[in-house]
Amino acid sequence: MSILRLFHKKKSKQIAKDRLKILLISDRVNCSPEMMELIKHDIALVISKYMKIDSDSMDIQISKTAKSGRNKLPVLYANIPIIDLNNCRIS
Amino acid sequence: MSEVIVVTSGKGGVGKTTTSANVGTGLARLGKKVVLIDADIGLRNLDVVMGLENRIVYNLVDVIEGKCRLKQALIKDKRNPGLFLLPASQTRDKNCITPKQMVTLIENLKYQYDFVILDCPAGIEQGFQNAIAGANRAVVVTTPEVSAIRDADRIVGLLEANEVKQIELIVNRLRYDLVRRGDMMTVEDVVDILGIPLLGIVPDDENVVIATNQGEPLVGTNSQAGQAYFNICYRLAGKEVPFMDLGKDRTMWNKIANLFHKNYVSQEVHI
Repeated sequence: MSILRLFHKKKSKQIAKDRLKILLISDRVNCSPEMMELIKHDIALVISKYMKIDSDSMDIQISKTAKSGRNKLPVLYANIPIIDLNNCRIS
Repeated sequence: MSEVIVVTSGKGGVGKTTTSANVGTGLARLGKKVVLIDADIGLRNLDVVMGLENRIVYNLVDVIEGKCRLKQALIKDKRNPGLFLLPASQTRDKNCITPKQMVTLIENLKYQYDFVILDCPAGIEQGFQNAIAGANRAVVVTTPEVSAIRDADRIVGLLEANEVKQIELIVNRLRYDLVRRGDMMTVEDVVDILGIPLLGIVPDDENVVIATNQGEPLVGTNSQAGQAYFNICYRLAGKEVPFMDLGKDRTMWNKIANLFHKNYVSQEVHI
């Protein structure tokens, strides 16, 4: 496994690029980490009305949609793990 | 029609002063009339990079406060006809002048020169505001590192907010060995992230250190950085110069390495 991982190791430039992309979007929209926490909390609250989710490991971030450039619209991306889909209270 | 260009970066130590010195000198060698203004009041350095530190009598703050005439403060570079330096004050700080005063100063200068080049201090405070106030064009210098690019992005936003119309990018200190290995972002990556047009690429070159030691800008010399700066000057003067092809995998060893390393990133590198 470790040998395989050695060959598939992500190049550091790719890590830098990925980090920057996320970083710059939150810099540009001037969205503070506290505000992101609040948004995350509220989203969790709304979703948990309908299904059981793992709010501790959910993740939200602002990233870009289409190709890069200065004028592309950012999107809010949320990754919310669902614990139990069977008990959805949608009626 | 004169151009007022501010050389800025946000982050310190990425090469604003070196770029200013080389671009100013290079444009003068292309026959343009150039004045370099050191806007880094309190931490002046453009004079030493240019090798003109022993000739300073008056400075920018003296001119603005009316202690001398503009002509008295301008230092003529004897090696390059048409090149002048307006040094910063070393004993004052950035808050002693205002953007309005800078605009007035530049208005007085720009009709006598083809290019007014402002060396901006690091940061986004008063000194930055002073430096960009009179500029119609900006050159943002960055290195291919996360911190420098982040600051450059902030600077681009501030320049746009201050209605500096033409904003271009110089990627400085590019290391081809690291780029090939996949351990440094490529110029395309940086341009892609910042989303502004590319003006030039300056490779990491030890000759820059040597030139700074000697107080003689290296633009136009046979070194890689010297060539790169000269190309930038041509582009600023309105001539289209293709990005030079450098760092192609020419050596036998690289070709062999290419065969064995599937992950080996082969990059064509241009300046």
